[in-house]
Amino acid sequence: MPETPAPASATADAPVPGGLIRGELERELEQTDNRTRWLLSLPAILIILFFAAAPLLVMVVYSFLTPGDYGNVKWIFSTEGWVNVILQRDIFDDTLIWADAHLSIFWRSVKLSIVTTLLTLIFGVPTAWFVATRPKGKREFWLFLVTVPFWTNLLVRTIAIQELIRAEGVINNLLMALHIVDQPIQMMFTDFAIGFGMTYVYLPLMVLPVYAAVDKLDFRLVEAAHDLYAGRWTAFRRVILPMIKPGIIAGSILVFIPCLGAYVTPRVLGGGKNLMFGNLIELQFGAGRNWPLGAALSFTLMAIVMVALIYYVRLTSREEKTDV
Amino acid sequence: MKRLFAAASVLAMTAAAAASAEELNLYNWGNYTSPELLEKFEKETGIKVIVTDFDSNDTALAKVKAGGHGFDLVVPSAAYVPIWIKEGLLEEARPDQMENFKNMDPAWVDVDWDPGRHYTVPWQWGTTGVVVNTKYYDGDIDTSAIFLDPPEELKGKINVVPEMGDVMGLAVMYYGGEPCTGDKEILKKVHAGLIEAKKSWLGMDYGNIEKFAKEDLWAGVNWNGSTFRMRLENPAIHYGYPKEGFVVWMDSVAMLKDATNPEAAKKFMNFIMEPENAALISQFARYANGIKGSEAFMPEDMKTAREINIPAELKDKGRFLPTCEPDVQKLYTRIWTDLQK
Repeated sequence: MPETPAPASATADAPVPGGLIRGELERELEQTDNRTRWLLSLPAILIILFFAAAPLLVMVVYSFLTPGDYGNVKWIFSTEGWVNVILQRDIFDDTLIWADAHLSIFWRSVKLSIVTTLLTLIFGVPTAWFVATRPKGKREFWLFLVTVPFWTNLLVRTIAIQELIRAEGVINNLLMALHIVDQPIQMMFTDFAIGFGMTYVYLPLMVLPVYAAVDKLDFRLVEAAHDLYAGRWTAFRRVILPMIKPGIIAGSILVFIPCLGAYVTPRVLGGGKNLMFGNLIELQFGAGRNWPLGAALSFTLMAIVMVALIYYVRLTSREEKTDV
Repeated sequence: MKRLFAAASVLAMTAAAAASAEELNLYNWGNYTSPELLEKFEKETGIKVIVTDFDSNDTALAKVKAGGHGFDLVVPSAAYVPIWIKEGLLEEARPDQMENFKNMDPAWVDVDWDPGRHYTVPWQWGTTGVVVNTKYYDGDIDTSAIFLDPPEELKGKINVVPEMGDVMGLAVMYYGGEPCTGDKEILKKVHAGLIEAKKSWLGMDYGNIEKFAKEDLWAGVNWNGSTFRMRLENPAIHYGYPKEGFVVWMDSVAMLKDATNPEAAKKFMNFIMEPENAALISQFARYANGIKGSEAFMPEDMKTAREINIPAELKDKGRFLPTCEPDVQKLYTRIWTDLQK
């Protein structure tokens, strides 16, 4: 059972001899302590309210208005923005049909997020394992290397990838020089390019939490498993995996969620031929001039992320219960 | 219209803003403003010009409408100028009463979007047509079929700029309609045609000068000046004027109502109507400018370039894009979204 320390107030309330004075004092101390904590966290709370909650509120309001003629909104109530997220009038004959375009764009973003999460898992877990199993003094160096890409702007890195994979890029030139291929391979503006770029960009977000989990791993338990005749695979599956699972789940969430809204990488490397959900939202606020639909689409995305997060929280809390 | 992915270039010029001298804030398309022009202006007037980039008319409009932008001058495309005026964002700077107004080509004075030029001064004008690397395809390039019904040789190497207005305009004209038409029969053909054609496209991206030069891309929809710059790097690249109809556009400089430095803004407007200065603009971005006598100061290669000089037999195929009715615009957005789903 996980230790659950009894709340301080409970002990204070216990009728111990002379406990009345001590209890009051404690309560008072606790109150001032509480007050200071609130005061200290007030700026943060205000910032969150004004800069996170307020804009969201504006967006909620906008999603229920009518699009203005040249962008912006008209103050006329309408639920059309929300309806249009999943249902739309056919372009040519006014029948109401599934918003097939929105759904398939959304599905594309989800697919991309799943693939990226899987790829970062495949590459990230061994990397994290490698770093965590280095001698104590050397780990910082490897971790430091993992964070190096964050020093450079995302767009610059994405354009650098273009230099690698383009027709006259590093990879193609090398392959041609080695006579492995005699025509440049089309890599730029393909699904491969998007997958490559996304994995590269999001890999550190997988490596870091998994590293933290592996770092805490008690290797004596693995030895114990071996002593009990578990093979390498069994030891991994039954001992290691359950223990680093929280790290893997945290990493997957960290990768999956931003991927859903990914925008720059798919556009620069994928050639922008197919919209991602993020691009679809942008289109509504730009050339599409349909802000309510854009707002409704953003909230749809947010709602889905929320559901994913709640699922995660429940998954991990169940984990703790079965941890006994 | 045009060029470059905004974020990359915004960094370059805005960062250097020094606060000491008198300043003028110009909000312009990316990769579109001649640094030499700004140097010359600063030398003559002592006013430092700070450029901020945008990548689409809609972005610019939304940002300025939101307020707090600090810009003095903005460079919207023709179809957008009436919106800017209607939204009350522009100040009547009266370029028509300025000293250098006499240099403006009369053809550009009484334009639909600003009759008599009470608000705007031409920055540059150009066309939207097709680009083809003739090393890979040597057939007729003066047609929108290059991207709507592409020849076998070019399939899979085509890029279409993701500029909804231009691309829809070209497609509508290719299928026999007028830009901004609401005719469902034509739009049905446009819709089906674009979706079928897209299978042969490789990308829908901006900022392609070096991608064409390095032959990652072989053909597509592009702007004339940008194609000119491609050709200077790779002589096999040529610009085509679709005979079914191509898009003509002009971007004009206008002064914002809440400009912080209106005097400097007016000085700048007058300054760019001087032929020598207008030539500097064109020399950089490779588009024509609408100022008489500027040709004399332009590089030799621009005087004969096909990208700048529309062939006589195709001249009447060019069309200015009007601002579409909101209903039509909605329809176009739907087709555009469907195309990229």
